[in-house]
Amino acid sequence: MTKAKRKRLIYCLITYALVIGAYIILQNMIGAKAISRSLKGLLVPICAWIIMAVSLNLVIGFSGELSLGHAGFMSIGAYSGAIVSGWLLAAFDMQDPTLRLTLAVVMGGIIAGIFGVLIGIPVLRLRGDYLAIVTLAFGEIIRNLVNVLYVGTADGRLHFAFLNKKLPEDVIMLVDGAKGAVKIKPISTFTAGFVLVMITLIIVLNLVNSRAGRAIQATRDNRIAAESMGVSVTKYKMMAFVTAAVLAGMAGALYGLNSSTVVPTQFTFNQSINVLVFVVLGGLGNVLGSVISATFLTVLPEVLREFADFRMLVYAVVLILVMIFTNNPLLRSVFSRAFAPVKSLFRKSKPAKTEMKGGQAQ
Amino acid sequence: MIFLDHLINGLSLGSIYAIIALGYTMVYGIAKMLNFAHGDVIMVGAYIAFCGLQYWGLPPVAAFLLSMLFCTLLGVTIEGFAYRPLRQAPSLAVLITAIGMSYLLQNIALMIWGANPKSFPTTFINGSNIRLGQLNISSATLVTILANVVIMITLTLFTSRTKLGKAMRCVSEDRGAAELMGINVNRTISLTFAIGSALAAIAGVLLCSSYPILQPTTGSMPGIKAFTAAVFGGIGSIPGAMLGGILLGVIEIFGKAYISTELGDAIVFAVLIVVLLVKPAGLLGKPMREKV
Repeated sequence: MTKAKRKRLIYCLITYALVIGAYIILQNMIGAKAISRSLKGLLVPICAWIIMAVSLNLVIGFSGELSLGHAGFMSIGAYSGAIVSGWLLAAFDMQDPTLRLTLAVVMGGIIAGIFGVLIGIPVLRLRGDYLAIVTLAFGEIIRNLVNVLYVGTADGRLHFAFLNKKLPEDVIMLVDGAKGAVKIKPISTFTAGFVLVMITLIIVLNLVNSRAGRAIQATRDNRIAAESMGVSVTKYKMMAFVTAAVLAGMAGALYGLNSSTVVPTQFTFNQSINVLVFVVLGGLGNVLGSVISATFLTVLPEVLREFADFRMLVYAVVLILVMIFTNNPLLRSVFSRAFAPVKSLFRKSKPAKTEMKGGQAQ
Repeated sequence: MIFLDHLINGLSLGSIYAIIALGYTMVYGIAKMLNFAHGDVIMVGAYIAFCGLQYWGLPPVAAFLLSMLFCTLLGVTIEGFAYRPLRQAPSLAVLITAIGMSYLLQNIALMIWGANPKSFPTTFINGSNIRLGQLNISSATLVTILANVVIMITLTLFTSRTKLGKAMRCVSEDRGAAELMGINVNRTISLTFAIGSALAAIAGVLLCSSYPILQPTTGSMPGIKAFTAAVFGGIGSIPGAMLGGILLGVIEIFGKAYISTELGDAIVFAVLIVVLLVKPAGLLGKPMREKV
């Protein structure tokens, strides 16, 4: 086993261990009732946002394309999940929540994946900011379309209507236009969320450490070089984009089935931006970073609740300061000098030689 | 006649988008960053004008000038504090900082003015209607279109004739070379932010004269649309922003009038996608050549 390989393996194992450890601790805390109600209510959303952040990191961090419409896939997943779950309950009287949730999540993933392919074909022809703006446009279009979607179920069949509410009389409404998906039976659980997070991590970590993952990263680092080495850029960018869409759809279904209604305004452009913030703050191409920052930034506004009106203000200031402190070369060098004694404790080999080299190069 | 009505409304809305898009496109051209806080500068500008008119009893022109002055200072301050330390940072980091700035402005506005929508007072801009044959045009529409034309001519003259304008174009073309030629890059970037923010204040006043509801999120949707317009016309190009903004406004009004009110935004974005697929660098953008 080479050194780089061992390093990657250790990184993956640490990621899994941290997530599993956090799950066990939280489960015990729930059992011992040592956890506040508001935090308990956040557990499933945290899982959903972790999945969103990790999947968006696949697109931005590994495939190098800025996508601003990730919440669109989440809303597709949430709606599909709500429709499937409501339909199974009404038409087949399927009471088992676990089975219903599983089917809803799978369906959410599949439908978001189909949209991912449809959107990916035109989008991935573009580059840079143009690609970003088109994903933004798709996100907004999806939100506009679900705003005028009506779905009901009657006699075991699904009825769809668009723009106007032309549904049969005796129908049970599942999706009611701007009111969103209504009367959802909340069936998402923290355990289900944890399982989905683990599935996401396994998929993403295995993908990026595979041959395909290296190809994806090669197209990010240098498109032309990758192409001339025989890597099909479109294929691998598509692979990353669609995988991310499927995962976002699954996260959406989990998130949607956690509350009794899902409204289109939950999945605006701002929500895509939030996920982007998770990814950038956690570090591009750093899966564990995404997990941690998604958790932290979902809990932060809740913790800041005592500041009431100030909490989003504090959030904004924290965001700006973190970006400036981590990216300004001057401040960064000050920091690294301040932390040098701490760092040297963890370093095995003597770094003096390399530092001298760096000094000479300057 | 109804068609002409819609066309004029579209031109008016498009003019507002165009003025906002100019701010985006100039900043992008020079600092190579998407200034997400631009939409919120519009909102701040509108609030300052509102306060001037409503609370401080200023005459409209003075209130508007005050709002422009304030936004100019605000833009330069934002640039100096938040964006200048990140000059060398990766573009995504700057983008996130801009997003943070946008949240910050929205929340400060929320604290000062509250979440309740305020109704923008009537001034000479939106006070009267003008009859032209069978057409009934509100004065806000006319003022908006006129303002757009004036701004377009002034900016074109500024960037092509004056020394500062030429410096701006140099910096946007090649920052390093511009610096070697003795152009003060930092000052030029500040100047760009100042102009963009002053335009944002004008856009804010015009926007609220036509659609007189003012709340902390007023700027965000027009901001996104104008950003779309800037990309539509080819980001970094000043005539492109004008063209993109006006086309976007006309398409939006026509889409809402003739196809579906609810799907107005979806139509705008669908047209954008189609245009970008046919012309990947926008309508007037220069296609980027990759050097190997």
